[in-house]
Amino acid sequence: MATTVATPAKLPSRNPRTSARTWRLPRTAGEVLVLIVLIVFGIATLVPFYVLITAALRSSAEAVPANMWDFPWNTSADGFAQAWGLLHANLLNSFLVVVPATALSSIVGAFNGYVFSKLKFRGSNLIFTLVLIGMFIPYQSVLIPLVRFLAAIGLYGTIPGLILTHFVYGISIATLIFRNYYAALPKELIEAAQLDGAGVLQVFFRVVLPLSVPGFIVTALFQFTSQWNDFLFGLVVVPDPAMQVATVALNNMSGSLTVDWNVVMAGALIIALPTLLLYLLLSRFFVRGLLSGSVK
Amino acid sequence: MSQHLPKLLLLPTVVLTAIFVYGFIAFSIVVSISNWNSFGINLNVRSPWYQTYLDLFANPRFQIDLRNQLIFTVLFLILTTFIGLVVGILVHNVVIARGFFRTLFLAPYALSFIVAGVVWRWLFNPETGVNLLFDILGVNGALKAAGMEPLKPGWMTDPSVVLSINDALGSVIPPLRDLGLQLGIPVALIPIVIAASWQVSGFAMAMTLAGLGTVPVEMIEAARVDGASSWQVYTRVVVPMLAPTIVSTLVILGWTSLKIFDLVVAMSGSGPGFATDVPGIFVYELTFQAFQYNTGAAASIMMLLAVAIVVVPYLTHTYNRQEDAE
Repeated sequence: MATTVATPAKLPSRNPRTSARTWRLPRTAGEVLVLIVLIVFGIATLVPFYVLITAALRSSAEAVPANMWDFPWNTSADGFAQAWGLLHANLLNSFLVVVPATALSSIVGAFNGYVFSKLKFRGSNLIFTLVLIGMFIPYQSVLIPLVRFLAAIGLYGTIPGLILTHFVYGISIATLIFRNYYAALPKELIEAAQLDGAGVLQVFFRVVLPLSVPGFIVTALFQFTSQWNDFLFGLVVVPDPAMQVATVALNNMSGSLTVDWNVVMAGALIIALPTLLLYLLLSRFFVRGLLSGSVK
Repeated sequence: MSQHLPKLLLLPTVVLTAIFVYGFIAFSIVVSISNWNSFGINLNVRSPWYQTYLDLFANPRFQIDLRNQLIFTVLFLILTTFIGLVVGILVHNVVIARGFFRTLFLAPYALSFIVAGVVWRWLFNPETGVNLLFDILGVNGALKAAGMEPLKPGWMTDPSVVLSINDALGSVIPPLRDLGLQLGIPVALIPIVIAASWQVSGFAMAMTLAGLGTVPVEMIEAARVDGASSWQVYTRVVVPMLAPTIVSTLVILGWTSLKIFDLVVAMSGSGPGFATDVPGIFVYELTFQAFQYNTGAAASIMMLLAVAIVVVPYLTHTYNRQEDAE
């Protein structure tokens, strides 16, 4: 679907390696070497996860710098209990922001993607480009007007204000993903429905939407992950500690001298879990979403 | 009705984009040329209108930020693209547990920069983490036995700048001898490059894997028939064919790098002597802590320009290629 790569006009045959699922033991020296190098890279990738998980499992007394690499033989749930106590309200805030914002931008993105791929009109490509540019701007360059605008409509410092922010700035990537997704739908499908006398919206709701489940999974997963992981908008739009989202609260907690190291790590792990689990469960959809960000 | 429906469907997006993207950017530009540098709003145009930009580039902290951003971007792009290419090619060719490796290497990308920053901040704490590992793995024991100093870098607490080119520049262009800014690599920035690369290399790997999927098998087989070794097949045939993928990866990583904020905030903030300060932090602090709105806005417009220089040619190119294909 949405890979970045310049596809040659005629694809002779795709390299079967990418989809092959046959496992076998390495036979040649080269194959063994590839495996060994990958294991080394794999261990390097896992090191921060090891520190994150083991530190979170230590008791406060054992969470001292000198113990960082020790295996946590005596596990303790203290870190999780304290982190949950400090962060559960913020986690709820994050969910309250991210779920509606993800839903809204995915729905609007689906309509847009349909128009930009199947209902093109004069100038629609230009509008698409202008919408797409919104995806790439560094958000620092809209913060001052954003805060003033939200204040003017009474939403500054509120959860709905942050929902609106994530929704609006999520539209462009959602539009891009759906446009690419719908571009792959055969024209005949829509023409056949139109011949049966269905109007534009009827075709969309009866024919296109039922086929859109994978598109919605890709978009929602991408939106959820990037909005859950967001820090800048959360920091600027909702600064009030009682209403902060989880990433902002975690950053404050980590900078605080009164919170133990195991608690900070447990908090980081709790915040990482939703996106990490979604990724592990739906990794193929995740990859499609993030490659679509590179525009094709 | 039916012929206007597509336009009607786009209307909410067009209105919201016009306000939240283009309107807001225009407002930020207005702020950046205004006199608004304290809490109360003041949009009168400053005289001359570009004075805030002149002040910005004369600001020693912003000069440090530009250096840091440049160094960070170059190191991060090289390291991440290289790892992504190597790991991608290896994962593509491994005969066992391919899916496992792919999932593992991309996992850090699912995390928030804040979570990653919190962990890496501890890993590069001079009293523990990587330095402790040097002790445990016997690196320092070996150095001691060889009569050398133990390896115990201060990482993000180290304000020094290594590989400075000031003297070299000064001998060629004498006026630059008195440059206040150290042109080199701030030691404190290195852990941040490593952490960022740890988190984003999986993305570069995914790009490589997607690119490798489009390399025709026939080309590889033809090269092998001609007697090329695996190494030659990759360096002479496959990697050159991946050039468009690598360019895409570089553009997206460059874009990521130019907006870097969260990770630095979570790891070190501005750092000692602004050694890890970046424009993203500068904009935030000047705007929301110092209330120097015009300076903050001017710096944010510079960030926007930098991103535009990287992204617009790429978008235009992709877009034109698509138009040709249609």
